[in-house]
Amino acid sequence: MSEDLEAKFLRKIEGEEKIEPKDWMPDGYCKNLIRQISQHAHSEVIGMQPEGNWITRAPSLRRKAVLLAKVQDEGGHGLYLYSATETLGISRDEMIHALQTGEAKYASIFNYPAQTWADVGAIGWLVDGAAIVNQVSLQRTSYGPYARGMVRICKEESFHQRQGYELMLVLARGSDDQKALAQDALNRFYWPSLMMFGPHDAESAHTAKSMQWKIKRQSNDELRQKFIDQTAPQIDFLGLDHPDPECKWNEERGHYDNGEIDWDEFYDVINGNGHCNRQRIEHHVRAHREGEWVRAAMQTYEARKKKAKAA
Amino acid sequence: MKAKILEYSTRLGDDSLVLGHRLSEWCSNAPFLEEDLALINVALDYIGRARMFYGYAAELSADGRNEDDFAFMRDQREFSNLLIHELPKGDFAFTMLRQLFIDLFNSLFLPRLAESSDKTLAAIAAKAIKETRYHLRRSHEWTLRFGLGTDESRERAQRAIDQLWGYTHEMFDLDALESELAEAGIGVDSGALKTEWEQQVSAILTEAELEQPGEQWAVKGGREGYHTENLGQLLNEMQSVHRAYPGLEW
Repeated sequence: MSEDLEAKFLRKIEGEEKIEPKDWMPDGYCKNLIRQISQHAHSEVIGMQPEGNWITRAPSLRRKAVLLAKVQDEGGHGLYLYSATETLGISRDEMIHALQTGEAKYASIFNYPAQTWADVGAIGWLVDGAAIVNQVSLQRTSYGPYARGMVRICKEESFHQRQGYELMLVLARGSDDQKALAQDALNRFYWPSLMMFGPHDAESAHTAKSMQWKIKRQSNDELRQKFIDQTAPQIDFLGLDHPDPECKWNEERGHYDNGEIDWDEFYDVINGNGHCNRQRIEHHVRAHREGEWVRAAMQTYEARKKKAKAA
Repeated sequence: MKAKILEYSTRLGDDSLVLGHRLSEWCSNAPFLEEDLALINVALDYIGRARMFYGYAAELSADGRNEDDFAFMRDQREFSNLLIHELPKGDFAFTMLRQLFIDLFNSLFLPRLAESSDKTLAAIAAKAIKETRYHLRRSHEWTLRFGLGTDESRERAQRAIDQLWGYTHEMFDLDALESELAEAGIGVDSGALKTEWEQQVSAILTEAELEQPGEQWAVKGGREGYHTENLGQLLNEMQSVHRAYPGLEW
């Protein structure tokens, strides 16, 4: 019986049909999805912090409005992805608990501090840019609600990326001070953006199974190469120095070659030694705790209203 | 008259910007994610209003200033927002009760401003009315949740009301400039809105089983640049990047 179900499931995957919430799916598939989609949702939510940190200081009213709208979009993506994860039988409370206890992860990039205004541009351009490369690929992921979510999210993310790049362009073409801010932000965010694609394929714990189930459609290294290729000419157009001196066009491969990533740093930040690991989670826990009485009031009020209606 | 309208539009811009700033401070700090989004939404509405009012003031000034010069290059003594907007965001009850008082005020003020003989002010107001309707639905609903929720939410809401009350009176004061503009059919006689505002506040607080403060105290001075200590700190933060690199494009 369960063999039949599994065979049917695999046939669907094979035939590029989407798996929907009510379909039978192997436990491992479901767990893998919960891990990946909730991690994605948490990343959107934690990602509100580094950029949110600049809303009150944005140097023009137009930038302030754009940044507010962007952070709002990120929160909206988080909400949307939490809902997609809930279709797999886990509640938002459980997911938040997992985030706050460190059981669930979020993108390690948000453990880097957003130190200057230029970082807002670098995050939009590079971090959202790297995220899109990954998400475009995920539009073809095998789980229906996730794939559909990605289609919608990609549209907004590419808008953010353009805004981030435009912010960098204004700085890069601005005063010497502004150009220095842009270069510094690029230098600090370039390598961590490459790390967003995860370890090399050979080292990646989740890749093989995820590829077989078509949760992931392209490998970490393939996606990273795509990002490196699209970013090099963008850096050039800004007139900034490329942070990777080994980044050169390779005619034969039809790709840019690149220097090796500092994997010690990658694992170091993942393992809690980034500038903001503790800060991000503590911030989330504090806001959640401070909101406890609000949520309680809302529940009590709803219950009271329901009771009054029933009477 | 042009200089007076410029001043009036700047005041309304200051109110919007300062409140928008306070609301934006909730980003990633709200009690749950949906509220983060809703508060950002309201903040965006206010920042949008500030841009329109300042943009109009800049146009009237005709001296090359733009909206950002109004927001970033004036000191706190030159800011003329009403004090209620600059008070720190406080807890969630404080923020929502402040919204209730201001939303109710705006729901009376904006329809009048929309009838202004000044077409630009009227157009800004007409756009803002729709936003305020949504804001008021939210702050009204939250007031009920607090008042009819738990003991803690009721206490927090009552404390917020008591702390805010003395800052509400200033909304209904008119100085010479505002009186003159009201008489000319350009500005709004906000003093005439007080009775209706009080009735509506009273109705909502009664519905929420909260008490309207009997104690009469009133702190005033915002329109003359006589601010609480909070505004200087708010502006220090808001203007820091813009002023660190003066005269640049962003």
